[in-house]
Amino acid sequence: MEIAVLPEVTSAGVIIKAIIILAIISAVAGFGTYLERKVLAFMQRRLGPMHVGPFGLLQIAADGIKLFTKEDIVPQNANKLIFQIAPSITAATAFIALAAVPVFPDFTIPEWIPLLGGVFVPSIAADINVGVLFILGMMAAGLYGPLLAGMAQANKWGIIGSARTAIQFLSYEVVTGLSILAPIMLVGSLSLVDFNEYQTGGFASWMVWQQPVAFILFLIAGFAETNRTPFDLLENEAEVISGYATEYSGMRWGMFFIGEYANMITVSVIAAVMFMGGYNDLGFIAGWLIVILKIAFIFFLMLWVRASWPHIRPDQLMWLCWKVLMPIAVINIVITGFVMMV
Amino acid sequence: MSLEQFKNRSVGTQTYKMVDYEPTPDTGMGRFQRVVSRTFRGELFVGLYVTMREMINALFGGGMHTTKYPFEKLPISPRYRAIHDMLRLLESGHYRCIGCGLCEKICISDCIKMDTRYDENQRKEVTEYTINFGRCIFCGYCAEVCPELAIVHGQRYETASEQRASFSIFDDMLTPKDALGQQQEFDGFGAVSPNADDNIKKTPLAY
Repeated sequence: MEIAVLPEVTSAGVIIKAIIILAIISAVAGFGTYLERKVLAFMQRRLGPMHVGPFGLLQIAADGIKLFTKEDIVPQNANKLIFQIAPSITAATAFIALAAVPVFPDFTIPEWIPLLGGVFVPSIAADINVGVLFILGMMAAGLYGPLLAGMAQANKWGIIGSARTAIQFLSYEVVTGLSILAPIMLVGSLSLVDFNEYQTGGFASWMVWQQPVAFILFLIAGFAETNRTPFDLLENEAEVISGYATEYSGMRWGMFFIGEYANMITVSVIAAVMFMGGYNDLGFIAGWLIVILKIAFIFFLMLWVRASWPHIRPDQLMWLCWKVLMPIAVINIVITGFVMMV
Repeated sequence: MSLEQFKNRSVGTQTYKMVDYEPTPDTGMGRFQRVVSRTFRGELFVGLYVTMREMINALFGGGMHTTKYPFEKLPISPRYRAIHDMLRLLESGHYRCIGCGLCEKICISDCIKMDTRYDENQRKEVTEYTINFGRCIFCGYCAEVCPELAIVHGQRYETASEQRASFSIFDDMLTPKDALGQQQEFDGFGAVSPNADDNIKKTPLAY
């Protein structure tokens, strides 16, 4: 980042990167729904979407057209303003969190590309010095979406869904913060770029080997953070219809799910960058490729777990987070502190 | 599993595996130990292994279970009671119905209507024969009562229609004259389906 670039280029670059993040992540989030349906289907010995396009690939387009053209209903007794802005909170915070997440190594645009050739591109929209804190804060703020949506819609399932949002939020957020505190102590920085620099020494220098407990705790908390299956209390169909999304239809409903999938991608990226060696080259494999493979593996793990495991009750989630995971996280921090002091 | 094993209904002689339920611990320490042992027993990873095994088996081992229904169809059982067929005599090609009227009499939803007359050879001839499939409950009494095996249940089960009621007349159900060679004889109630040997292993009762 010490390479001098013109200030107007960087500010333009930030805008361009923001647009690219928005476009690519929403496309990938849409593609994630296709992947999820396919993987779940294969694990249940079904075929999944097959008929729209080759191997059902255009199912995303069909779903998108359906969501965009569906009637947008606001229930009679709902708080209209909050009901209408709640989905955008989920989607917006999910994308804002990605601003401080580096995905690829820094690169220079090749000279032969007109207009932008030779420009040095740091692959992060905003390398702020409180990166991890910012990401966690934004993902936590994303929980206001389901919370407000459930309370605004004048529906008992929505109320239950938002109550569950609150308890889930209170439970796992502590574990998320405490679990990554130990790696932060080791690295001595909150910026994910510094996390990546810390793990440049190849496979053996990955944070997982130093902090295996923190990695497992972070994964568990990440599943809770993205409402994935062992902890999908908010919208469990068998218990609370759709929870906070009961009264939503059309694109407002779709925005919740774009936000959810964007959050899944964010958690996958954080796990890959923070614990699994980031975007450093691994042997002969280029950094940008290996980081995509790592992110794809974590994403696949979320689908795999959804196909395999049952989900737990709200009281079990609170029991797990407060009585098991939080003490383990604290002990992990204390041990890390002692090891660093000695 | 062979058919003999499947037919063995005597409970006492089979090799059941009894599930070993541990007693629920009373003390806090006991509960804690149970949590720890369950956590580190690795059962969650067995779950992950099972789904991965099924996925690999489905993708590469030909274990995919889907039948692409409108394009592929499973053979249906001969017992299945779908749209009726009127059969012909194989020797003469004349329709088998002798106009006795038993099916019209026994029909409990009153959907069969027939009209007969004597032809020039003093034989009963069917002039009108309709089944109202909007009313028919496919109970199978008509096929069962028929003394000549003239009316049987066929294999056509895709009977969705834009009309509330649809009628079928005698000539539509009758085997076409030129397709006499393809006429399927009714195997009778209680006959097994053509793929019974494959299905019997898949029955959940079998394990």
